[in-house]
Amino acid sequence: MIDKNSTTLLSIKNLHASINTTEILSGINLTVKSGEIHAIMGLNGSGKSTLAKVLAGHSAYEVTAGSIEFEGKDLLALPPEERARAGLFLGFQYPIEIPGVANTQFLRLAYNTIQAQRGKDELDPLEFDDFVREKMKLLDMKPDFLDRSVNEGFSGGEKKRNEILQMALLEPKLSILDETDSGLDIDALRIVANGVNQIACKDNAIILVTHYQRLLDYIVPDFVHVMQAGRIVMTGDKKLAIELETRGYDWINADQHLATGVNA
Amino acid sequence: MSAVLQSLVNQPYKHGFVTDIESDVAPKGLNEDTIRLISAKKNEPEWLLSFRLDAYRKWVTMSEPDWQNVHYSKIDYQDISYYSAPKPKNKLASMDEVDPELLRTFEKLGVPLHERAALAGVAVDVIFDSVSVATTYKQKLAEVGIIFCSISEAVHNHPELVKKYLGSVVPVGDNFFAALNSAVFTDGSFCFIPKGVKCPMDLSTYFRINTEGSGQFERTLVIAEEGASVSYLEGCTAPQFDTNQLHAAVVELIALDNANIKYSTVQNWYAGDENGIGGIYNFVTKRGLAKGVNSRISWTQVETGAAITWKYPSCILRGDNSVGEFYSVAVTNNFQQADTGTKMIHIGKNTRSTIISKGISAGHSNSSYRGLVRITPTADGARNYSQCDSMLIGDQCGAHTFPYIQVQNNTAKVEHEASTSKIGEDQLFYLSQRGIGAEEAVSMIINGFCKDVFQQLPMEFAVEATKLLSFKLEGSVG
Repeated sequence: MIDKNSTTLLSIKNLHASINTTEILSGINLTVKSGEIHAIMGLNGSGKSTLAKVLAGHSAYEVTAGSIEFEGKDLLALPPEERARAGLFLGFQYPIEIPGVANTQFLRLAYNTIQAQRGKDELDPLEFDDFVREKMKLLDMKPDFLDRSVNEGFSGGEKKRNEILQMALLEPKLSILDETDSGLDIDALRIVANGVNQIACKDNAIILVTHYQRLLDYIVPDFVHVMQAGRIVMTGDKKLAIELETRGYDWINADQHLATGVNA
Repeated sequence: MSAVLQSLVNQPYKHGFVTDIESDVAPKGLNEDTIRLISAKKNEPEWLLSFRLDAYRKWVTMSEPDWQNVHYSKIDYQDISYYSAPKPKNKLASMDEVDPELLRTFEKLGVPLHERAALAGVAVDVIFDSVSVATTYKQKLAEVGIIFCSISEAVHNHPELVKKYLGSVVPVGDNFFAALNSAVFTDGSFCFIPKGVKCPMDLSTYFRINTEGSGQFERTLVIAEEGASVSYLEGCTAPQFDTNQLHAAVVELIALDNANIKYSTVQNWYAGDENGIGGIYNFVTKRGLAKGVNSRISWTQVETGAAITWKYPSCILRGDNSVGEFYSVAVTNNFQQADTGTKMIHIGKNTRSTIISKGISAGHSNSSYRGLVRITPTADGARNYSQCDSMLIGDQCGAHTFPYIQVQNNTAKVEHEASTSKIGEDQLFYLSQRGIGAEEAVSMIINGFCKDVFQQLPMEFAVEATKLLSFKLEGSVG
């Protein structure tokens, strides 16, 4: 879906970030344009999820160097809610439960907040109900999702579907989906992937954070990045993911050693 | 700080009382003469004077309890004037004289304009509108035989009812503060629902607000005869600025066969400032007697105000199959302290009780749940379910749970669940990632936490309680 009229949405330069003085991100560089789908792969602890959280503005992480621009604006200067209102969405790896709060109440508040930010009309509960039910069809969700407490007692698959439902409602410019495929059986994976594909368009961009390439069978990325020790060590296209699947992450290490060896 | 508190405790007279007996103000201090004076001023019958004196004689032998998990400097009971009624509120000439902080609160809570004036104590003509509203309601109630009036009126107009029931649930010598109240109470509410009558509307003390201030020793008596039912609302959500430090009220509920009493409170007394200076000591005895078979007593409370809240609305389940319920939200912020809970005393067969308690602590505050479930030997098949959840906001506050369970009948089933959670950074981050601002996020999480209790409140009260909570916790999460 890469288009020559596409604009740069996200520009990360030399990003370093730490938690409790331990550096997790050690110089990330990444540019994402509208219409693109990027996959970020890597082993546990390579910094993939940290990158997702730093982009969303999680307070536990401290950015120690580098910059992040979102549509040309300094993202790091904004608190999390303003990043969200600017059009940045994080699909959580572990969606959070909020007991006693009806899902529909939460979804409508989020939706209306973003609508207000965009100068568009807010919806009253009845209008919203019609609207959200339409979107739920996209993800094959039962209506009782609306009345249950936010994520409480949801199965893994239901939680992930609820995340993608939010993405569909909020129409973000950039979505970072953090291990959306984890904990999904193959049917749920197909439904979730189908939902994402229908949301993806030339005006938005998606970053998929994942361990496995099986998600990429359903959502085909334009770029695949491999993270290791807080840096992107390799970038390629869809073929890179398949290569990783067959040869394992050790192959990258071997390859790097080789490369290092040659340069030396 | 204790010296400051001491001085605050000792200043209920800052509006310039004159110690002239002719002017309806009793001299400071409490003795039998004071009580005779109160009784004479109120033109009370002999039996009520005996009731008061009996209470007083018990009170002098009692000492102030100190087992509760709250701290305050001792009250000098000889430094309080026990009769200053009828005490007109200090009327202000215009809204300009009202404390701006109070007005800001009204605005936040969405209190209608004409009510703001009345609540702030401004002498404005519009408040007469609500008097006429109250009159209309009174007529409607009278048509079905419901008596709803001040307890002083009831003493004169319905002495047989008051005599029969006053002190029947909370005996005069029940506890230190109940004894004090029984000796010196000046006014309060009386409500009687005759046999078979379902009260057609929620009864609210609000309708009485213009008749008189009920003072610091309020007395409430609610009686539902066989098959009767009533929902009674106490309090109001606007903060009540009051110079009285000690409020020791007594509430008694009596439900006969198949009767149903629902008593809801939203309490927002002055809590003191953000440094813990000032505020009301709210030491209240509330108890309901589910006397008849299949009777039900339900307490719902939202406690957000007062420097110290210390109360245990309780149910004595005497009738077979009777039901007791306690739903509570207690919010403390800054330096507030709350030690609250309930007692469920199961006596009748197949009696059931439910306790849902939600404590929220922010700032430097401390909140305790203290509850007793007692299953007596006669209570075959009794059941209780208790759930006590605490939520902490910040790391300077505390939450405590003190459940007491006494089971003397092996057919009983008693369940207790408790949890403590910190308002999650993760929850806040999640909501903020969806564009929701911090204040709204906290409000949403808290209201979700309290949902089980709020849904017990009458609709209007629930809406106000929701707003009140958001307002109370404003700024408590960075």
